[in-house]
Amino acid sequence: MSNPTTAIEVAGLTKSYADNAVLRGIDLTVPAGTVYALLGPNGAGKTTMVRILSTLVRADAGTATVGGFDVRREPDGVRRTIGVTGQFSAIDELLTGRENLKLMADLAHLRRDEGRARVDELLSSFDLVAAADRRAATYSGGMKRRLDLAMTLVSRPRLIFLDEPTAGLDPRSRRDLWQIVRQLLEDSVTVFLTTQYLEEADHLAHRVGLLDGGRLVAEGTPAELKAQAGGETLDDVFLALTGHAATSLDDDSDDDSDDESDDSDDSDELEEIR
Amino acid sequence: MTTLTYAALDSATMLGRNLKHILRYPSLTLMLIGQPVLFLLLFVYVFGGTMGAGLPGGAAEVGGAEGRADYLDYIAPAILVMTVASVALSTAIYIAKDATEGIIDRFRTMSVAKASVLTGHVLAALLQTSFALAVVVPFALLLGYRPDAGVVGWLGAVGLLLLLALALTWLCLALGLAAGSVETASNTPMFLVLLPFLSSGFVPTDSMPSGLAWVAENQPFTPVIDTLRACLAGSSPGADGWWAVGWCLLIAALSYAWARRLFVAARAG
Repeated sequence: MSNPTTAIEVAGLTKSYADNAVLRGIDLTVPAGTVYALLGPNGAGKTTMVRILSTLVRADAGTATVGGFDVRREPDGVRRTIGVTGQFSAIDELLTGRENLKLMADLAHLRRDEGRARVDELLSSFDLVAAADRRAATYSGGMKRRLDLAMTLVSRPRLIFLDEPTAGLDPRSRRDLWQIVRQLLEDSVTVFLTTQYLEEADHLAHRVGLLDGGRLVAEGTPAELKAQAGGETLDDVFLALTGHAATSLDDDSDDDSDDESDDSDDSDELEEIR
Repeated sequence: MTTLTYAALDSATMLGRNLKHILRYPSLTLMLIGQPVLFLLLFVYVFGGTMGAGLPGGAAEVGGAEGRADYLDYIAPAILVMTVASVALSTAIYIAKDATEGIIDRFRTMSVAKASVLTGHVLAALLQTSFALAVVVPFALLLGYRPDAGVVGWLGAVGLLLLLALALTWLCLALGLAAGSVETASNTPMFLVLLPFLSSGFVPTDSMPSGLAWVAENQPFTPVIDTLRACLAGSSPGADGWWAVGWCLLIAALSYAWARRLFVAARAG
């Protein structure tokens, strides 16, 4: 039904929790093999968007097609296509790194030898060989995040959701993760990424959508957006288009609380991510 | 491969994961088995001499070895039921841990057979129950428990205990999913371990005040314990057997529906 070169097609998507409208009519299109960054402050609705597209939550209205499958009517088709790494670690801490990956290989119904090869390959490309047989509970934050992403990749999904993949990571781990995302693109995988770091969107994404208060307030390539707002950086764009500065750097806060974030002036903090 | 094959395959994968958890968290298993063993020692050696003498047709002499032996005989079925309840309780903790750690969300975004996460837990609980019973029964025998049951009686007793385990495990899965946190999940199913005290398990129900006796006679654990007692004594449980099986099937069916609904609807934070 949908164009094979289109990975994600969203039209008129809305979602409310009780009286709180989290998404107020989202339209967007992500071409296959590209990185799309959904950029916005806490409480903008980024995580809700990912949860709808990854079949965890149902939208109130509107349509969404992922990998050619309708998220509402064909969730199993969507699930066969996608891999999801959320902002909360989804690893099994009592298992070792290798066992976590093996679990994914088994659930993907890979043949035994095929699964073992895939696990070894991912351990080495994610720099987890030395820690492979240690329990994941002993891993550092960066290692956990790498394992989490490696688990998502075991089944070679064509479309990957990364919900705030670098929140809470130190700069080095963040750059390692960016490197991995760029490698994914060489395998022509589509990446749908949410972030509150402007730098991250600028670095990785072909197209950026600015989400604010449940609406997509601007969309385009990083260059287009900068031109549109007459600014040098995406920071300027954000300020020009939303009337307030991009977000706090509170790494511990989560996007799921669904309440309005504290949008106080944090331009000082903004300097810190640069 | 068919959907059913995948479901079986995925359940086996989940079972493997849960068994690893059980092996790597031995203190919980130790506590689960230690609890009925401790109760057995307490009730036989501390209370047994006096309680045994109070049983209908019990030993004349209060505090004698005969009373203790009688009382061991009387409470053994209740201890086995508590063993089953104790293991089921751990399932609530395991599933709540899964749900709070976000790994369930990962499973739910994968093309994994829907029920496999839950059936994996149930299968693991049944294996753990078998293991716990294989420790507690010989321990009771060691203390001098001498049931008269033949092969049929033992098969009936074990069958009913596993059916009870199935029912209580599904119930605990639902309670664990409904709990929202590991702490709550370790508390809400506690009534399952306490309820056998309000049954025919430790004293005859007609020795209780009438209101309490009514509760004790009409709660599910009483027919289960009476049936076990009959099976282990080598006699026929009669109508109690049907009540016991009926209660277990009812609890299993309702809890299964509840747990499944919670699992599908679950939205981890």
